[in-house]
Amino acid sequence: MPKQANSTRRHFLGLAGGAAVLGTIPVVTLRPAEATPATLAAAIRNVAGEAVVRTGKVKLDVPPLVENGNTVPMTVVVSNPMTPDDYVKSIHVFNEKNPQPNIGNFYLGPHAGRAQISTRIRLADSQKIIAIARLSDDSFWSASVDVVVTLAACTEEAI
Amino acid sequence: MSAARTIAVAALLIAAASSLPAAEIPQAERRSGYSFMAPDTKTMQDDDTANPGMLWVLDGEALWKSKTGASGKACADCHSDARASMKGVAINYPAYDKTLGRPVDLEQRINLCRTGHQQATPLPYESRDLLALTAFVAEQSRGMAIEAGADPQLEPFVNKGRELFMQRQGQLNLGCANCHDDNWDKRLAGSAVTQGHPTGYPLYRLEWQSLGSLQRRLRSCIGGIRAQAYDYGAPELVELELYLMSRARGMPMESPAVRP
Amino acid sequence: MASALINVPKKAKRGDIIEIKTLMSHIMETGYRHTAAGEVVPRDIITNLTCRYNGVEIFRADLFPAIAANPFISFFTVATESGKFDFEWVGDRGFSGTASASITVE
Repeated sequence: MPKQANSTRRHFLGLAGGAAVLGTIPVVTLRPAEATPATLAAAIRNVAGEAVVRTGKVKLDVPPLVENGNTVPMTVVVSNPMTPDDYVKSIHVFNEKNPQPNIGNFYLGPHAGRAQISTRIRLADSQKIIAIARLSDDSFWSASVDVVVTLAACTEEAI
Repeated sequence: MSAARTIAVAALLIAAASSLPAAEIPQAERRSGYSFMAPDTKTMQDDDTANPGMLWVLDGEALWKSKTGASGKACADCHSDARASMKGVAINYPAYDKTLGRPVDLEQRINLCRTGHQQATPLPYESRDLLALTAFVAEQSRGMAIEAGADPQLEPFVNKGRELFMQRQGQLNLGCANCHDDNWDKRLAGSAVTQGHPTGYPLYRLEWQSLGSLQRRLRSCIGGIRAQAYDYGAPELVELELYLMSRARGMPMESPAVRP
Repeated sequence: MASALINVPKKAKRGDIIEIKTLMSHIMETGYRHTAAGEVVPRDIITNLTCRYNGVEIFRADLFPAIAANPFISFFTVATESGKFDFEWVGDRGFSGTASASITVE
């Protein structure tokens, strides 16, 4: 059952979209589904397996109030010496409320010099973003950020 | 509409209805939409290798050199290096066209060239090719001060554009000036209202996730105030653009800009 | 017309950590949008970016629909020798894009 907790317009459109997907009303829908805590946990388990994911070492940089949920700049930095003996193997980013829990996986190595990646992401709603780094000793470290996403003042028709 | 937005708009209506007629923004207080943006978005515009609008400029550069139409000519065949020939062009648009006896915007000028000189079909509004060529030409004026509207032949059209900007319209009975002259320092549902200067068109709008023209933006604004938007290419949109550009005279071009 | 923008410093000293920025033109259609008639607009995204430095893979990214249109991805690498960076984007419907940039390392 979709969560009833928040009353944002995106959530309303998501619910309306749910009806359309079932094949009744032809509306243009924006958010037909939501990741659930279970799918998010499964996505994280996919990466970390049964290992404990500890908080720390990772810094996740996202504006706390986004300019526009369609394009949100995001930077992940892991404090790590990046030597052949101690480096970041990969960085995995997840979200809470988009239709899918995964955002991106980034594979580094000692030659990276600095464990830092930047990209632009889409956020369907105000939610938590989680970044998990896998180190060379196969330990997992994470950070999370709560981001507020508002709709543009006037949503538009297609061109 | 959400409750919050209804209240916001109602407050604006009350404020607008009871205030004096919209006063134009004093020259010294004019600010580009750039100044209203968050630092991350400003960075997106400032870095040519991170500004998605530059992808269209690159495409436009390729189109500039490709032969087209029955003439088999490329833009470059008449205009050679755009860096020289198109420098200072976009800052003077919309410009007066003698044959048509009215102003045309940059997109229309490009299509007039295509049909008149290249014997090619006009490119549809908001098509990738037309956006790319317009972005490429506009970028050649980046950093230069806007000069549009100075031509005396344009005066009646500037005035028409001003009327269109001021007039109340649509279900909400709002005119452009009610927000963009009177309330530019406030926010509407979390977004900055801004003064509405078209200093960076065509621009990459995060909401569109694409480059788009000023006509697209005007149409969505007019639809947003629940009025009937003019069709692409309508003289009203060109007159509005002409007024807006002349209202922004002296401000530097930023094309291709990035905006939320 | 796929076009890409790459930012790699033209010159660097051996051992410098340099930032590489990439921007690729792509709609990144999520697969979650519907037309007014109720049909799903099928997913069409870039799924992978790979960067090779003189033939050796130095960076790889898996992209999902949550990556914004016209994907911008930046990362770092240590400048070790002069040569070429090769970038390859792969995606749905057989999408393939490439770009390259040279560097002089002294």
